[in-house]
Amino acid sequence: MISKRIIPCLDVRDGKLTKGVKFKGNIDIGDPVEVAREYYEQGADEIVFYDITASSDKRDIMIDVVRRVAETIFIPFSVGGGIRNLDDMRRVILAGAEKVSVNSAAVLEPKIITQGAKAFGSQCVVLGMDVKKVDESRQTPSGYEIVIEGGRKYTGIDALWWAKEGENLGAGEICLNSIDADGTQDGYELNLTALISDNVHIPVIASGGAGTPEHLADVLTTGRADAALIASMVHYRTYTITQIKNYLSDQKIKTRLLW
Amino acid sequence: MIAIIDYNAGNITSVARALHNIGQDFVITDDTKKLNAASHVIFPGVGAAGEAMAYLRQKKLDAWLQIWINTGKPLMGICLGTQIILDYSEENNTECIGLVTGSTKRFPEHLSSAGLALKIPHMGWNSVTLKRTHPVFSDIAPESEYYFVHSYYPSPSDETAVLGTTDYGMSFCSVLAVKNLIAMQFHPEKSGRPGLQILKNFCSWGGK
Repeated sequence: MISKRIIPCLDVRDGKLTKGVKFKGNIDIGDPVEVAREYYEQGADEIVFYDITASSDKRDIMIDVVRRVAETIFIPFSVGGGIRNLDDMRRVILAGAEKVSVNSAAVLEPKIITQGAKAFGSQCVVLGMDVKKVDESRQTPSGYEIVIEGGRKYTGIDALWWAKEGENLGAGEICLNSIDADGTQDGYELNLTALISDNVHIPVIASGGAGTPEHLADVLTTGRADAALIASMVHYRTYTITQIKNYLSDQKIKTRLLW
Repeated sequence: MIAIIDYNAGNITSVARALHNIGQDFVITDDTKKLNAASHVIFPGVGAAGEAMAYLRQKKLDAWLQIWINTGKPLMGICLGTQIILDYSEENNTECIGLVTGSTKRFPEHLSSAGLALKIPHMGWNSVTLKRTHPVFSDIAPESEYYFVHSYYPSPSDETAVLGTTDYGMSFCSVLAVKNLIAMQFHPEKSGRPGLQILKNFCSWGGK
């Protein structure tokens, strides 16, 4: 039977690891390729790179990172951030990424999902969703709303509706990030994760709030996520991916234990 | 020399990078002269059956594969390259190459495991139960897992063509092996060390 996936997420700016990635250990802080290799060796099942490069003239640096990662690790990886159109997607995929994650661009122009799925296959297109808890209303009956621009801008779009719509448009997977839980290390938003996972037929990656292996166990069982995104808990070297997998194995949650 | 068939279908560079990593020389080509000169051929693929077959027919590579398989030299199918070596695929109702009798089917809706609905595509890591030993799977721990991403699976008519099966709410054929042909639904080029070992084994396999 299929294993639950553990996916470290690396934020990259101008080709370097950044944002809260204050490594205490002996990992090279500068190079996302080296860190990706380290996580690959620890048994990461997949890696997500998030390009937070602000200026468009520096975007080519990320393409170079993607190319070097593809030569170094032999597991799937995806790239998100700054993907605005089909050309952006093509560049990332040709450089060696398996998947491309679209977030704000998909909200602003949903046809990018369909175009991407048609050009590269649904399995290549991940719908990234940033979600905040709101009051249940006619506009947001699920009580969760899609936000963009790093959580600063409310869109008025209901998160559950958008997840289903994204699937209909051709997304092959959803990466579901709770802005409320993000960075807290207090655990994933389990209600949100279960709500989305139960109502779509494509895999859901839970994101935001992971601080301990118990949090992953919760989101992979109660939250019914297919995969769990992690960041700080491994970047700060509080845990290794191997330790997390061993814990999940003790809890009878199936992960890939041999690599 | 290993040749990777270039037919405009997805993951060819991933396979090339994996071969590079294991120190294996290769060519990527759709030129049948160069393909004829190869010792081993890899037939990868990501995408849809209909489009892939249209392209292969246009380049007459479907006919070339029929000839190659009769030379006795090794052929490896990967993912879509495995699905379209059967007679027919339910994806886009496509007539396929027919190196192996049988068809490629879509996973049924409402697959479940332990009471929970399973998602389609089958995306992620899963294991393979081998029915017998095979040189391409030597030096690999039986509990190894491989990376899958697919909504369709190969279903050969002849049970003896099934080398390995995988469980996803149902048991499906994940590895086919007939004489000098080995074909897998998962992606060895994206399956970490066991996947690289499969590619290495294939490159030194004589086809028997």
